[in-house]
Order: sequence, then structure tokens, then C-alpha cells
Amino acid sequence: MTMIKKFSMAAMAVAMSATSSLAATNITWWHGMGGRNGEVINEISQKFNASQTACALTPISKGTYEEALATGIAAFRSGEQPNILQVFDAGAATIINAKGATVAAEDLINNAGYKFDREAFIEGVRYFYADSEGKFIGMPFNSSAPIMYVNPQAFEKAGVEVPKTWEEFEQVAPKLKEAGFIPMTASQLTWQFTENFFSRQNIAFANNNNGYDSVVDTKMNLTDKNLVMMFEKLKAWSDAGLYKFYGASWNDNQKPFEEGKVAMWIGSSGSFGGLQKTASMPFSADFLPYWKGIQGAGTNTFIGGAALFAMAGKPEAENKCTADFFQFLTSPEIQKFYHQATGYVAITKAAYELAKSEGYYEKTPVAEVGIKQLMLPSGEWSKGYRLGFYPQIRSIMEREYNKIFSGETTVQKGFETIEKEGNDLLARFAKTAG
Amino acid sequence: MAYTTSQPQPGGFLSRLGFGAGARKKPAVAAEEMKRVQFTSPVLPYLFLFPQLAVIFIFFYWPSVQAVSSSFYLEDPFGFGSTFVGLSNYTDVLFSAEYQSIALFTAVFTVLVTFLSLSIGLLLAVKADRVIRGASTYKTLLIAVYAIAAPVSGLIGMMIFDQHVGPFVKMMSYFGWHMQVGLNYYDTAFAMTVVAVWKQIPYNFIFFLSGLQNVPVSVREAAMIDCRSGLRRFWTVVLPLLAPTAFFLLTINVTYALFDTFGIIDVMVKDKPANNPVTLVYKVYADGFRGNDIGGSSAQSVILMIVVFVLTIFQFRFMERRVHYN
Repeated sequence: MTMIKKFSMAAMAVAMSATSSLAATNITWWHGMGGRNGEVINEISQKFNASQTACALTPISKGTYEEALATGIAAFRSGEQPNILQVFDAGAATIINAKGATVAAEDLINNAGYKFDREAFIEGVRYFYADSEGKFIGMPFNSSAPIMYVNPQAFEKAGVEVPKTWEEFEQVAPKLKEAGFIPMTASQLTWQFTENFFSRQNIAFANNNNGYDSVVDTKMNLTDKNLVMMFEKLKAWSDAGLYKFYGASWNDNQKPFEEGKVAMWIGSSGSFGGLQKTASMPFSADFLPYWKGIQGAGTNTFIGGAALFAMAGKPEAENKCTADFFQFLTSPEIQKFYHQATGYVAITKAAYELAKSEGYYEKTPVAEVGIKQLMLPSGEWSKGYRLGFYPQIRSIMEREYNKIFSGETTVQKGFETIEKEGNDLLARFAKTAG
Repeated sequence: MAYTTSQPQPGGFLSRLGFGAGARKKPAVAAEEMKRVQFTSPVLPYLFLFPQLAVIFIFFYWPSVQAVSSSFYLEDPFGFGSTFVGLSNYTDVLFSAEYQSIALFTAVFTVLVTFLSLSIGLLLAVKADRVIRGASTYKTLLIAVYAIAAPVSGLIGMMIFDQHVGPFVKMMSYFGWHMQVGLNYYDTAFAMTVVAVWKQIPYNFIFFLSGLQNVPVSVREAAMIDCRSGLRRFWTVVLPLLAPTAFFLLTINVTYALFDTFGIIDVMVKDKPANNPVTLVYKVYADGFRGNDIGGSSAQSVILMIVVFVLTIFQFRFMERRVHYN
């Protein structure tokens, strides 16, 4: 008897919730953000739902980036995919190469009757989630750049200037060490010193136009002499106490900087919100240094973070709502809100100008560094890369980097291993995609 | 696999905790009657079995068959197409140097964790069994750890062994050992083993303690008359009587070290295994869920299935023979 009662209550509850939202088209958004960033996503969704009545957006956290992608894929296979899926930079090749899994953001927006303007986006975010013709497949969302955070007290004590290039770093680092500081730490060598070594130095990362043109026979350029030189320098600096490597974990490398023991820390432009709470000293930021001696170096970096993908197989009305939301998301006010609430960069020029005109960057100059770095002139090789099974390739790099700094392998051998295993994975990916 | 193991009778201590030992002692008459019960319809027993069979089929056999079949294919993650590749997923995995080193670590880790958590659990149980004053306080304190979930114990381990602020790391630095968990392979392996053992000791402790309390007092007293050495009495009388418990725990501990330590490892490598030791299960997860390589990951899980299958057969064939149930 009580069971029947419970069932009928449940049925009533379902019926009621269905009628209450009958008027609006429901769309879902699966993402991989937690903590404050997850809350901001909820706030944006509330703002969107409050701004109109036709669509109701429900954001759902699926854990980490990787978990969001994995659940999104599993859901797609059983026909239960969300309307919007957040996919991180390293997973871009997986979803973009799966033709038919997504509707290109540009098509979606144009089909909904809006006019998609590629030029509205800042230079650095325009290509990463686009196809080789420049058409936006994913809608850039939380975007970041690897930048260098600086502890001004260290530089004051050592009496030196903040370096712009690695050549300058070599000059000032010994003095910082003498002053009692660890000159540098870095949180993610794969992103900051490998992928973005190629972009900042404007060197090809892979053939086939960095993997954009085809998955067939794509091979990485990881034994590039300049890249090997960079890591030989890092290893030499590490041996000389000018750079300290604390392993692959992001926080283990960030913590000594927060404690004021480190002069320079390579982090993310998105780190500064958290750093404001955790750093024990005032800090500033500057661009990721580059090698002046390398011809053509000094270009912008790849965009990091994640993009939103409109999943295929959804009814027209829901796609219209997704397009509406993308339009809403890229409006200057929302971009500015997101930029200021999280520390991720504003992805449109209009949002950047808006924040600037309100004097935001005069108060918080650190927030502008990432955008400015992404707005540097781009080179042939700084637009993006598209490599399959890339999360696994990153794991291989992380393994070999640990070995390099513990002296188990040499830089040259380490990169030979990464290139070999990585290219095997790319060949494997070409088979799955083909 | 572990669930098929014959469980030891958790009498004594557990029954006092209310772990349903009463149901075990049914009068012989009742059991006789039970046997004679006939079902009126031949369909009825199957109907009763159905829920259990359905659960086993849906959650065990179906995924296993899926894993076996997808291990022969290279598949696009989204399911748009798959290519039959025969055994190449298996050969790729088995000939990979990385996989081999992970397999070696898994073997060493399993042996270490099983041996240490069993022996420490037994030692503590023997000692706690002798305590008279404040016995339940000791027992509760020792058992409490079991209530901690694996990821939480991983988290605790992560803090204790943190490179920058870990108290254990600070203590060791006074002895000249500068631990770098997350950077140094062996330091991470050490930390993982400690946390995994710590987490499993209470479980072994509970079972050993109940086993010890099941050793009849009369037997102990008789042994006391024959032999003065406590250690020798333990070896020759108590330990053989504990054998069924120990055998059960061995199976459980091996499965624990192979599979259930996943949560600890996942938390302790902080999402970035790099050059740190991980187990085969973690590798399945990393390739399948993070790398979206369904074929390769399926092949690995089939390999694991075979390993567990062989281990179970081995344990029952060669080990159980030496165990005497009373």
C-alpha cells in the first residue's frame, strides 16, 4: 500500500515538473569544472535562463575534463548525449575528428539565424578549435595562456630585472639564487615547455600542418634540435639550482611560489584568481619567455583550457537554444563577467575592450597578461595542433620528463622515446579514425 | 572471483557485535525439512533465481563479453566505426616496455601489500587477543581505520607524504632521506605501499581476531600443559587452526592489492602518473577513460581477467589442499 502511494507521488512529481517547464525547451550542458569555476558555470546558466523564456539550460558537472569527455562519449554511443559538451584542449582531436559527433559551432549559429563573425574573437583563440579552413567546430570557452608569475620581492632583493627572454633568464637566475630564492619553477612542462615551446618559438610541432590537414601519417617533431636544447638547458639549470622540478603535479610546483620561495613560476593565466588567495606575497606576471636567438621566435601561444561542442543528433528546437546560449556566452557582458570571475581570458575583442574601458586592468594588471600574450602576432605554427590520443601522449611526456630530471635518461633519448611511442599512438589513432 | 571463496565462520567476537552468527546454528531437524521442500511448479525456482542471475548477467557476463569482443577491434571512441585487428591489441600491449614494467610493479606491489597487511594484521590480532583491560577500546581503535574510504586514505597519504609539508617527509629528512613522492619512483612506491597496507590491516585484524577467539579454550589449555613456549604453541596449535581464515584472507588481500587499491593510487599520483608506479588496473583506466583507446584498454582488462582466473585456480588447487577446515 505504501509502495503504491510512493509510486503515485513520484509520478505526480514527475508530471508536475514536466508541466512547469513545458513552455521552455530544455537543453543540457556537461562540463568538467569543479570548485569556484563550477559555481561560475551555474551562475552563467542562471543568467541565461533569466534572460529569456524559450530555453532552459541545465549545467551538470561530470568531474574532471577527462571524465567529462569520457562520459560524453559513452552517452553519445547510447544516444543520450547532452546538447553541449565541454572538451579540453588535449581532447580536441578526439572530438573534432569524430565527424558526425558534433555540429560545428559556426554552422549551428548561422543556422539559427545569427551571423557568425570569426573576426570578433581575439587572434589566439581563433584557430585552435577550428578546422583547417578556419571554421569554428568548437566554441572557445574557458581560455588560458601559459604565463610567468613573478615575485617582485625576489627581483628587488637580487637587484635585477624580470627577464623577457631565456637569454636574459640565464643572466639573472644566478643572482636570484644568490639572493636566496629558487629562480624558477613551472607547473606543466607538457603544456608550457613543449606544446607552447613550438608556438612561442614558431616551430612546427607536427607534419600535416600540425595535424590539421589529415590524421594519416601525422608525425610529431619532438626531436627538434631547439626543443632538445630547451630541455637540456632546463636540465642544466636544474643541476645548477636555477630551476627546480617537483614532478608532474601542478600544485607541487606552484606551492613553493605561493610560499614566496620562488622568483618566477610558469603557470596559467587562469591561475591568478586562486593565487590571489593563496600567495603569501604580492605578485605580478609577464609573458612566457622565449629564445631571442631562434629565428622568428616571440609569437603568441596556443590557447589552453577548453571549448564547448554542440553534440549532433538533437532536434532543431534544441539546437536553436544551444545557438542562443553560445550567442549569449560570447556577448561582451557575459565574457567580461566570466573573465573577471574566473581569471580565464576574455575571448572576444569587444569583451576585452569593455573590461579595459572600465579600468579593470589598471586595478589588476595581471589579468591582462594572458590576453595580451594571445593577441601577439601569430606565426605559421602558433595557431594550434590537432593530434589524436593526445592525453596519452602527454602521459608519455610526463613519464620521460620525470626520468630526465632524475637522471634516468638523457634529454635526447627521452625525446626519442616520446617521439617513437607518440607516433605509434598517432598511427593507431589514424586507424581508429579511418 | 573472491566472492566464491568459502568464508570462515565469524563466530566469537563478530557474533557479539551482532554479525548474524545466530542464523548459522539451525537445529539439524530444520535442515532436514529444508531439503525435502518441493516446488509445486518447475518454473518457480527459476523465477526466484532470476533476479540474482539477471544481476550477474548484466553486471558481470555482459561487460566481460563486450570487453573480449572489443579487444579484437580498433575502435573510434564515438562508435562510428571499428576495424578488426585480430590479436594486435594484445601484442601491442604485451610487447610494450611500459606495460611490462607496470606488470612487474603490480606483482611486487601485490606480494608486498598482501604479505605486510596479513602479517601485521595477525600480529595485532594476537596481541589484542591477550589484552584484558580496555580490550574493546584497542579493538575499536584498530578497526576504525577500515571505515575510511580508499580515496580518503589516499588523500591522507598524500598529505602525510607531501613533498613540501608532509610530516613523514619532514621526519625522514632528519635521517638524511629526502623523499620526493611524485618525482622519485621508489619514494612514491614506498608511500603507496604504506597507505595500501595501512588501509587493509583492520580488515585482516577483524577476521584474525574472530578466528583466534574461535580456537577452543580447552585446546589452548591442553597445549599449555604440553608446551611452555608461547611462540611454539602459536606455531603448532593456533596457527593451523587459523588456516581457513588465513586462506580466505589471502584471496581477499590479493584481490584488494590488485584491484581495490585503485582509489589510493589515483589520488596519490594526482591525475598525473608520469614516471610514478601504477598498477595494471590504473593503466586500464588511463588508456580507456582518459585516452579513449577502447580496444587497447579492453585487451588489457581481458589480460587481467585471465590473471585473476589463473590466480584463483592456483589458490584453490594448491593452497586450499593444505588448509584443514574443522
